[in-house]
Formats: sequence, structure tokens, C-alpha cells
Amino acid sequence: MNKAHAFSLSGCALLALPSGALFLPDHGTLCVSDLHLGKSERMARRGGALLPPYEVRETLAKLEADIAATAARRVICLGDSFDDLNAAAALPEDERLWLIRLQAGRDWIWIQGNHDAGPVDIGGTHRDELALGGLTFRHIAETGATAEVSGHYHPKHRVAGAARACFLYDRARLIMPAYGSYTGGMSSRDAVFDALIGRPAIAVLTGTKAIPAPL
Amino acid sequence: MTALPPPFDDWFARQGWDLHPHQARMLDAADAPALMLVAPTGGGKTLAGFLPSLVELSRAPHSGIHTLYISPLKALAADIRRNLLRPVQEMGLPIRIEDRTGDTSATKKKAQRVDPPHILLTTPESLALLMSYEDAPKMFAGLSRVIVDEIHALAESKRGDQLMLALSRLQAMAPGLRRVGLSATVEDPAALAARLARHPDPCRIIDADPGPAPDIAMLDIDDAPPWSGGGGGYAIPAILREVKAHRTTLIFHNTRAQAEIFFHHLWLANDESLPIGIHHGSLAREQREATEAAMVRGDLRAIVCTGSLDLGIDWGDVDLVIQVGAPKNVKRLIQRIGRANHRYNAPSKARLVPANRFEVVECVAALEAALERDLDGDPQGPGPRDVLCQHILIRACAGPFDDAELLAEIRSAGAYAGLSRAAFDDCLDFVATGGYALRAYDRWQRLVKRPDGLWHLRDPRAAQRIRMNIGTIQDADMLKVRMRGAGRPLGEVEESFAATLSAGDTFLIGGQIVRYESLKEMVVEVSRSSARKPRVAVFSGTKFATTTQLSARILRLLAQDDWPQLPRHIRDWLRLQRRISRMPEADRILVESFPHDGRAHTCVYGFAGRNAQQTLGLLLTQRMEHAGLGPLGFVASDYATLIWGLDPVAEPAPLFDPTGLRDGLETWLQGNAVMKRTFHAAASIAMLIEKNLPQARKSGRQATFSSDILYDTLRKYDPDHLLMRITKEEALRGLVDFGRIEEMLTRTAGRIDHVKAQYVTPFAAPLLLEVGKVPVVGAGRERLLEAEAAALMAEAGLSELS
Repeated sequence: MNKAHAFSLSGCALLALPSGALFLPDHGTLCVSDLHLGKSERMARRGGALLPPYEVRETLAKLEADIAATAARRVICLGDSFDDLNAAAALPEDERLWLIRLQAGRDWIWIQGNHDAGPVDIGGTHRDELALGGLTFRHIAETGATAEVSGHYHPKHRVAGAARACFLYDRARLIMPAYGSYTGGMSSRDAVFDALIGRPAIAVLTGTKAIPAPL
Repeated sequence: MTALPPPFDDWFARQGWDLHPHQARMLDAADAPALMLVAPTGGGKTLAGFLPSLVELSRAPHSGIHTLYISPLKALAADIRRNLLRPVQEMGLPIRIEDRTGDTSATKKKAQRVDPPHILLTTPESLALLMSYEDAPKMFAGLSRVIVDEIHALAESKRGDQLMLALSRLQAMAPGLRRVGLSATVEDPAALAARLARHPDPCRIIDADPGPAPDIAMLDIDDAPPWSGGGGGYAIPAILREVKAHRTTLIFHNTRAQAEIFFHHLWLANDESLPIGIHHGSLAREQREATEAAMVRGDLRAIVCTGSLDLGIDWGDVDLVIQVGAPKNVKRLIQRIGRANHRYNAPSKARLVPANRFEVVECVAALEAALERDLDGDPQGPGPRDVLCQHILIRACAGPFDDAELLAEIRSAGAYAGLSRAAFDDCLDFVATGGYALRAYDRWQRLVKRPDGLWHLRDPRAAQRIRMNIGTIQDADMLKVRMRGAGRPLGEVEESFAATLSAGDTFLIGGQIVRYESLKEMVVEVSRSSARKPRVAVFSGTKFATTTQLSARILRLLAQDDWPQLPRHIRDWLRLQRRISRMPEADRILVESFPHDGRAHTCVYGFAGRNAQQTLGLLLTQRMEHAGLGPLGFVASDYATLIWGLDPVAEPAPLFDPTGLRDGLETWLQGNAVMKRTFHAAASIAMLIEKNLPQARKSGRQATFSSDILYDTLRKYDPDHLLMRITKEEALRGLVDFGRIEEMLTRTAGRIDHVKAQYVTPFAAPLLLEVGKVPVVGAGRERLLEAEAAALMAEAGLSELS
């Protein structure tokens, strides 16, 4: 955990992990956003490019390592966990079993996203949003909300030449990076974030170490 | 000799024109199944290509398309249409001529498919798109001739390979089709002709009179050039003098960034406010068209330009070409020279401006080669497989196909004549299923073989997506730049450059200094600025490497006892190098070691071209790292690589052991950015990446992700995937250019001279001033990033937000 960035939001202690996951040490809870599992399957199904069908195992391996390292008792998937509901249904058996194995013995919460609006037929609880530790966890940030953790926008930030997926936070809210391996990003300087993130604000770059930088 | 039929004869007489001998020979040979005309610029080449079509169409009515004309430039297609319409109208010929490019309206395009003109003028990309329609066979059934203009330029890129594959389809639709190629002077016309003709048909080559020898020389400049750099700014007074003394001057630069800086300084020195414009590929189309129109009207005295003016519109009034910077390539130099005095039998006038001292040597060598018409170029390899993958997809859009028939058709394209069944199946499997080793899912099927034995698109929606991504031209991800408020587009910058800008930064674009304001919906908004020292927008376009042949000439020139053809300051410099160190030789590698600024420096003269010298820098520093010499960085030019580090190299020979270099290449290459860039291009062409998607992009960038992720994924799970193999082959030929390193190793066969000098040597000194230094990175990069972020945090007074 010494490569994580420790901070707090509305009094709740948080650790931004270099992988792009968020850990709440006081609640034994790991939060990941925008896994987009099954993205390659959805593309292939819709007559698009045939992407390498390896993103699910890549993402689950990363998640498995984070769960092991944090010994998380609860996992929150903050929406867009699947690229669409059909992709969730079409998950190959070995990958589906892998996911179920990760769920075993811990509380697993699927927050609904815009890509996966509706329950999926894989264990866990389905929620629109979740309140925990004084924070509200939802997929898309709401204007004017405080003490909020959300995903959806896939922010990335550039320092010293390298643009990386990042956490963005000000005093009121935190926007999570996309955790899935087949995901792109939106520049932290995009006008979209002006309405959501006030100043001062910090971007935490993901990579081999979580690195905070002023926004 | 065939006489011209009466309306033509009369028309020529009214113009006061005589038929050029090569135009007559093209008429005589009109029945040849394949025919290539090699003529200098301005030799009436296009008319020579079209005359047989016009004559045939004037003699007998024809329904449908008779002649298809293909040009590398949209603008050229439109220009040719205007030029052809005049004789056709004046002779009253019943011939309909239309162009069809990316700029043609959808309504017009639709009408053309129903009722095509006699002569259709188009580009390789628009033709490939036409090939993807089910009604293509109907549209082209009566096609009689196809004319490929500027075939020398097309053949150098994948656009040419795509075009030749399209011709193989056209030939199947119209078996009597005759092929005509129009080429500038090239080093190996037979090889080019073999790519044009249907394999294994012969191709007749007609050589036009090359015309009078060009008037080319070094520009007389008062000051000696600087030791390094590529801008040519020192020559501005001399260049302005030439501009004043001529009607219209084209000032060519090798890169867009250099053209921008030069134009900016030229404008500052332009006391008489001579009308001077700028033209390059990153400017907004409106801006480029305005410059072209002003040029045609004769309003401009000079245009600062890049390769974007290498081809195309006939600027009648250009009477001088100035090349700033070493031409790197003799063939391109000759073609650029031909832009001046575009009249037949008038000598072209051109002047060379070396940008730094070493370039004086290179310019003199290139000048001698140009006068001797000793052209350079590398033989081309077999047809690229990413283009083949796209061709198979295009074929599938047009309807079900038989694989054996398609393979036979593909093999009739010269570049693919040697394609094996296995290599074809590899590509077919990739486009059909993705070609993944660990695939086990039935949804990975773009093509399926149905019981009728034919290959079909599984999902008809795929056709639209494929059509939207046809083409082989690779643009970096560009963002539009627009003046705030006015909304006037100025041009484009690379996304990676835009990302480094923060509000208030100033940069140069289209000759103006602008101030970065914001990024809105993928448009960079700027305002006017009066800053003095702007940054320069980074444009794509890797630097050209000096060709093997030109490098050999430079080495021969250096080997002379003395250099009467060079200016005195250069001769003094060469003599000093010979006295203090030694002169690099063609069959030996010269390695110099010297201390400078507290670091051990090693300079390696390989004359292998910039890309290969860069690769050599990466490989050598990797081996020095292993040897514990602590290399810190290097810089490469076309002729040498300069490395600095903590400890000196005592014995260079082991560093150049060929096996070791090849092994280093294997391991180093894999994770390198050059590979990822090459992969991006191959994956886009083979349509693993779809740049354009049917749904609007308003959901933002988070939906698309970098091809680097796909590269890393394949490297981890599927390293032998077809696209990984293509990437490696292309990188070795292109950006990595390991072929040139092999050539250097063969040429020098282990003969290494090691000179230990007390100080910086005369040849190495300019390298110390070169830009583009490459740091050697290990774990260091992460530490640098962290340190910079920490400094920013401290500066912003933010150690923690809560």
C-alpha cells in the first residue's frame, strides 16, 4: 500500500491505488469503476472490429490482485461493469466462474451504469447508488452533489509528457479512473470537468505508483 | 505514325501546338494492354495519357465509363477535369467528364453510379470505395482504359498497393481493360512498370525526351551556415533577394515545423511586404485553397511549402525553386526542381540552401547526383499484408466471393504475384475471425463461409463500418485549431501537442502567432497574440533519412584528397577533422571517444540514415548499460550517433558484434514506442481499429482507447498474431530501419577505427548542438515524473486536499 495515495473526502479516509482502484480502509471496501467487461464481444457481435478477446482476463487478473492485496470484504463496481447486458450474458464460462470465485465470501455490489442499466445474472447485489462512510457512490456525478464518488468520465491527466488514467478530486467529490483494460480516457482539461470539479483540485495518476499532481 | 483525326488536328493547329513525339507514340501504342510514359514535369504528360481516350470516344459512341483516371490528389483530379473540358468543348466532342473524390456531394456520387460519365476522374481511396459496392461490376463493365497519374508517387506508398489491388478487381469486371501509367523520372522504370501491368503481362515503357539540363546550383549566401539546426534562417536576406529577382518562387522545406518557423522569420524580414504565402498539409483546407488560388492568379511572389506541393496543379509561372535543407533524396530533389518552368523544353532553375555545415557537403553531393541524373531509391518488397486484409474486406462488402478466385485475382497484381496460399489464408482468417490463438467464441466472425462455398459478411451492418474506414493514409490524431469568436479554421495540430498546451501558451500556425485559450469539443480555440518567441506546433511526419545512394556519394566526396567544389569554411572544417581525428570511410566504422562537459562521449559514424542511427543509439546504449558504462543519453543524425555517459568506451569492437545487436533488437524492440506507432498504422489499415464509427462521437473520447492497449494485450496473450508479425516486419524496414544497420555492418565487416581525442572532434561538435536528444531511461523516468509532480504540488501549495 506504500505506492497508494492517501487522502480523505468528507472525513472518510481513502487510498487511491496505482491500479485505479479505490480502497476504504475503515470499511474494508474496494471500489472499481468502468470495467467494461465484454467490450470486445460487444464490438464483434455488432459487426465491428474483432478485437483481441483478452480484456476480461486482463481486467479480472488485476482485480484479483487488488482484492488479495487489500483483503477487501466488500467490492463496489461503480457502473459500466459490463459493456452491455448482452456482454454480461455472453461471458465465457471460465471467465464467469472466475468472477463468481472473486465474489465468494465478500459483499459484492453492482452499481448500475449507462452501459449496464439492469441486473446481470451473476451474483452480488444491484443498486442505483450506495451510501457508505458518509459518501454516496453512484455512476455519474450529479451537479451540486457533495461527498460523492462516481465514475463514467474516464478522466486522464498529463504530467511530464505522460497522459495516464487518473482520479480527480476536489473538496466535494471524487471521479474515478476507468479500471477496465479496453477503456480510453477524457482529458482532465476537458470542459466537461469544469462544471464538476472546483478548485483547488488534485489529479492522482495511476501507473506503477499513484502520483498526485495539482489539476 | 498515327495521324490525328481531323477535329484534333485542327484544334492543335488553332492552338499553334505540335504533337510532342511521346504523345504520338502513346497514340501509336494505345492498344498495348499496359503502357507507361516516363516524362519530366511539364512534358504534356497528362494530355499524352488522355489523347487515345479522346480519339476513341470521338470515333465511336460509348455507353458507360470508357476511361478511369486516378490521381494521388483530389485537387489534381478537379484541375485535370477543367483542363480536359476546354479541348472537348472546343472540338464539340460528345464526351462527359466528371470527377469523384471525397469532396464530391453524395447526390452527385449516387447519380454517377446510375449514369456514369465517359471519363471518371478519381483517387485511389474513392476507387476502393466504389469497389465495395455491389453494383461495381455493372458500373465498370464497359471500362476500356485506366490512367494512373503520378504513378511514381503512388507506388512509394500503400496507396499504390491498394490501387493495384483495385485494378485487379477492375480487370475481372472488364477483361479488355488497358492500363496506362504516367510517371516522373524514376531510378527503375521497369520495376514500376511491372507493378502497373497485370502480372505476368509485359508493360511497354515510353521515354519522353528528358528536356534541357536544369540550371541548379548552391544559392550564393553571404554568411556561412550555422553548425547545426535545420531552419535556414541565416539565408533569409539572400532568399528575399532571389524572390525579388524572380516572378514566382517556391521555397521548399523538409518539415512543416521548419516551414512555419521560416515563414515567420521571412515575413519579419519582408520590408517591402512582398506577397508571400505558406502551404503545408496541416493547414486548414480553406487556407490551402486560398493560397493555391492566389498562386494561380499570379498574386503571390513566393510560397513557403513542404511536400504538399511536390505534386499537383500546374503552376505555370514558377521560375525558381529553392530547396532549404539537405534534400535527403536525389529523386525527390529532381522532381521538386521540375516544379519550376513548367513549360516543355525550358530549363528548370533551382537553388539549394544547406541549413547547416554538414548539409553543405550533402547538398553538393546531391547536386552532383542530380546533374548526372543518378537517381536513388530502394527496391520495393512484396505487397503489404495489412493492405491485403483491407482489400479482402472491401471485396466482401461487394458481395459473396470465392476464395480461390480472389487469390488468383490478387496474384495478378505485380506486388502480390508471389503471395502464397498460406499467407493469403492467414489474412483471410484474420479478417474472418480475428485470427486469435485463444479464440473460442463464435461471435468473432466478420466473414463466414456459407454452404454455397462462398464467403459472406456475417452481419450486413459491417459493410457500412468497413466503407467508413477505407484507405491507407495514416494521419496522426489531429485537432482542429480555430480562432475564438471568429470561428475561422486555421489548421490542425497533433493531439499530443495540444495536450502539452496550457492557457496562455503561444504557438505558430499558418504563419501566425496564436495564444492557446481552451479545448472545446475537440477543437483548440486560440486568440491572436503578439508574443515574440512562440513555440512551434509539432506536426507528424518522421524526418526523412538520407538515402543509401546519397550517403555513399557523401562518403566518396569526403574521401577526396581536397575539396575544390566546397566553400572555404567547409574545406577548413574537413581538413581539421582529418588532422585531429580521421575522415569517416565507406568500408570502416569510425568511433571517436572524448571527454566533454564532465561526461564521456562516444561518436559513431555509420552513415546509415537518421532512423537507423537512432536505432543504433538505442541498441548501443542498451549494451553499454549492460557493460556498466552508465550511458545517459544520445542524439542521432543522418551520419552519426553521439552517446554520452559516465564511463568511456575502452574497446568499441564488442559493442558492434552483429549477433548481440540483433538480440538487443529482439528484446528492446518489443516494448518500444516505435513499434506501437507502426502497430497503430497496420491495425488501422487492416481494420482492427476503426477510426470512424457510424454513431456520432458526441459521447466523447472515453469510448475510444489507444491502440497501445491492443498492442500490449497481443504481446502478452498472442505474440505471434498476424498483426504483430506485420508490425515487426514493417518497423524493421521503416522507423527502426534495421536494414540500414545490416547494410552498414556488411559494408564495414568489423573494421572499426577507434580514435581517442582530447577534446570534442570537429565532426562531433555540431551533434552536441542537435535537437532531439534521447535520454536513456531505466527506472529513472518514473522518478522524474514523481519529482515534477511533487514540485508542482509544492508550488501550488497543495500537499493535501481535505
